[in-house]
Amino acid sequence: MCVDCACGLAGPGPSPKAGLNVSQKASSSPGFQPPAARSQALSLGLRLLAHNDRQAEANRVRFAAAGLVAVNLLSSPGSGKTALLEALARHNAAAAKPVALAALVGDLATDLDAARLRAAGLAAAPITTGQACHLDAAMVDRGLDALEAGGLDLAHLDLLLIENVGNLVCPAAYDLGEQQRLVLLAVGEGEDKPLKYPATFASADLVVISKVDLAEAVGFERERALANIGAVAPRARTVELSARSGAGLVELMALLG
Amino acid sequence: MHELALIESVARLAIAEAQQRGAEAITAIHLRVGSLAGVDPDALRFAAQVVLADGLAAKARLEIELVLAQAWCSPCAALFDLEAGLSLCPRCGASSGELRCGRELELAALELLLPDQPEPAGCAAGGAT
Repeated sequence: MCVDCACGLAGPGPSPKAGLNVSQKASSSPGFQPPAARSQALSLGLRLLAHNDRQAEANRVRFAAAGLVAVNLLSSPGSGKTALLEALARHNAAAAKPVALAALVGDLATDLDAARLRAAGLAAAPITTGQACHLDAAMVDRGLDALEAGGLDLAHLDLLLIENVGNLVCPAAYDLGEQQRLVLLAVGEGEDKPLKYPATFASADLVVISKVDLAEAVGFERERALANIGAVAPRARTVELSARSGAGLVELMALLG
Repeated sequence: MHELALIESVARLAIAEAQQRGAEAITAIHLRVGSLAGVDPDALRFAAQVVLADGLAAKARLEIELVLAQAWCSPCAALFDLEAGLSLCPRCGASSGELRCGRELELAALELLLPDQPEPAGCAAGGAT
């Protein structure tokens, strides 16, 4: 509830900015002069993503009914989302007590990533978004249907990993109904990336610093990266991980639980 | 770049509201966009030129109110602005993940042009505000 900053979140008291200036200002359209007596100002406050938010809520209900934890993975293209999922799948298969994993994989034009994950032994369905730069809640709903059509019983799943489209801007705005949001930062991307994309990093529950096996080669400044993550995402937990060496996988699996 | 889809959503909502009220035209569309909403106002304006080119909102002006993200600092018991998205209180330096606003993506208000309706006799002057 926001009563302090007039940002329009539901709360008691009128928001000073919520009202609309009823007076007719100069129209940007030349020659268009509506008589003031016939104009009406209408306060609405409608969320543009309300449709997505409703579907995200339905997804949350579906996840809860199946008793699974859903994780939304976000990063720039090439930060190692698919490699991380492959490594998790292999690590999990070799664990004493493996959990039941599946993945939904968003991609613009191919199902190559889903094929990679299936090769790693993971039940995976592609979500080909076409021109869309992000996954939305309805795509995840259809992805769940595809997993079920492939013979998977969601009720038997413990963990659903949703690999979003590689993009550090748009996916942040779309709630998929996930319980956890994981954002990757590969060591070669630069320590400043969290500062450059604060909207995405600020929404993270978990930040994975990936490709740490390359840290020395690319001159990765670990302390600076951690400070920057802390500056935009103070509540996020951080895991340093190498899909290649397997470092950090145990820690990550424990946090995803 | 999902601004096009967002403006399509704006158009759908705005035109439905306008039609419901029998409006002749939408003269202004007011949006509220948070600084952490992941949306570029210029891209919204560009998309609006395309999406709103015809129909009830063809002559509407687009007003975008930017809402600077704010977080709550517990030690200071006060809000602070997230300049450049940094969740660090400028007063005490503490970090805060308690975002209070900044993710808004809203159709805040519309200004509509309604058809002329004769005023009921005797009610032309004065009256309530």
